[in-house]
Amino acid sequence: MRIFGLSFKLIKTLLTTQYAYMLEYRIEIALWALSGVLPFIMFSLWSQNDVGNSFGLTDIGLARYFLSAFLVRQFSVVWVVFSFEEDSLSGRLSPYLLQPLHPLFRYVASHLAEQATRLPFAIAIAITFFILNPSSFWLPSLPQLFLAYLSTHFAFTIAFLLQSLVAALCFWTEKSSALERLIFVPYLFLSGLLVPLSAFPSNVLKFAILTPFPYLINFPAKILSGMPVDIFNGFLAQILWISILIPSVNILWKLGVKRYTAMGA
Amino acid sequence: MNRYFKTIRLFWSTAFASQLEYQLNFLIELLAMFGTLLGSIFILSLFFTGGRQLGDWTWESALVIQGVYTFLDGLTNALLRPNLTEIVNYVREGTLDYVLLKPIDSQFWLSVKKFSFAGLPEIILGLSIVFWSSIQTVSSFSIYSLSVFIISLLIGFVILYSVWFLIAASSIWFVKTWNATEVLRALLAAGRYPISAYPVILRFIFTLVLPVAFLTTFPAEAILGELKFNILFLGLILSSLFFIFSRLFWEFALKHYTSASS
Repeated sequence: MRIFGLSFKLIKTLLTTQYAYMLEYRIEIALWALSGVLPFIMFSLWSQNDVGNSFGLTDIGLARYFLSAFLVRQFSVVWVVFSFEEDSLSGRLSPYLLQPLHPLFRYVASHLAEQATRLPFAIAIAITFFILNPSSFWLPSLPQLFLAYLSTHFAFTIAFLLQSLVAALCFWTEKSSALERLIFVPYLFLSGLLVPLSAFPSNVLKFAILTPFPYLINFPAKILSGMPVDIFNGFLAQILWISILIPSVNILWKLGVKRYTAMGA
Repeated sequence: MNRYFKTIRLFWSTAFASQLEYQLNFLIELLAMFGTLLGSIFILSLFFTGGRQLGDWTWESALVIQGVYTFLDGLTNALLRPNLTEIVNYVREGTLDYVLLKPIDSQFWLSVKKFSFAGLPEIILGLSIVFWSSIQTVSSFSIYSLSVFIISLLIGFVILYSVWFLIAASSIWFVKTWNATEVLRALLAAGRYPISAYPVILRFIFTLVLPVAFLTTFPAEAILGELKFNILFLGLILSSLFFIFSRLFWEFALKHYTSASS
């Protein structure tokens, strides 16, 4: 059986080695998990100032939304451009390129392994949140959970492909991680990490849904928290973005490898 | 003392020369800066829909806080981040040895070696926002409120520097403190909003434990002429304590430095 042209054995080896590697950095990963507290800071502002009222959102609904946004972010965080830049500048990329395995799959595996390592910390933070806000406790139904899981994976895929697009620019410029900022800034404000998109004025909302960013946090978080959301169109948009991005990354990568000059080694 | 000023001048002029090579970077930073500012002001405006206020701050005075935040963020990008995130590399590669051997204070050397000029527009823009939006409320500045503003900005910067340095210095033991600075950055983002807008527990934490209030809210109150004298006094004490602690901590950390590789 092969998935994306990779044998099952290869996938298993990749994932287990990366997982073993990640387990070494548990404290670091715990700190990464903690660094996602922004939705909680925003929640404290929203509830303290009773802002939700102006947008027809209850405190409990907001609590659930922001916790969901936190969780979705935990499992869709991407850092491929930073690893790739380091590997490219230090010459480590050269042996990777010689192997009969697309180097990007190695990064995919390390991201997935990191998410598995993150899981216990994310759960611990969620439990702490429920202890502090007991009234907001809820358990999503199984179909809800499944759809949220699926859409979070799609969100991760879109984020990964977007950053790979920037990473591929490493073949042209030495500092492509600086370009990542240009993706991160709109992501921060349009993804729904700071406010649910339903609070946006309609003209900003119209613009936002044309970008891939709302489907990275807002859409999965709404499913998970049980807010009303157009599930069909959301998944459609996610799949559409993935099918646009995969060939783009592929083309840019092929063009880039031709220019590769094996820096460092 | 003169020697230190001369060293800074040399450091920063070489930094300028080397950064001229990366002009595209400068452009990207500029774009990112305007994007961030636009986004933050947009999010802030959501709190004011329906004519409400944010923790008894009006829209114009809340903008002053955004300005102070932008200013400090610029200083972080220009000075703190480029210098202090390097410490971990010196420790890992063992090149900290050379720094320690230099006939100049090592904390000074590590803190001012680099200067990223891409942070400069943010510093200027931040100050412009502060003055533009505070003039809407107070109509004119007195010498007194201006000097209190400058002192409270200094207090804020010293606290910010000390916290950054403490985390960076802990890389003597933990080689991967990059993540800890990310946690710090996430928490400092709380400074974009007035401290009175937070629940009581967070207000306490953000005033005395991680003094975010001293970074943005209090300087903004100072330029608006509302800062109470005892807060300024507390800020002077707190910032000196933070600075002294960072200094002692560095000396303590160096005792545990065992060098690497070589």
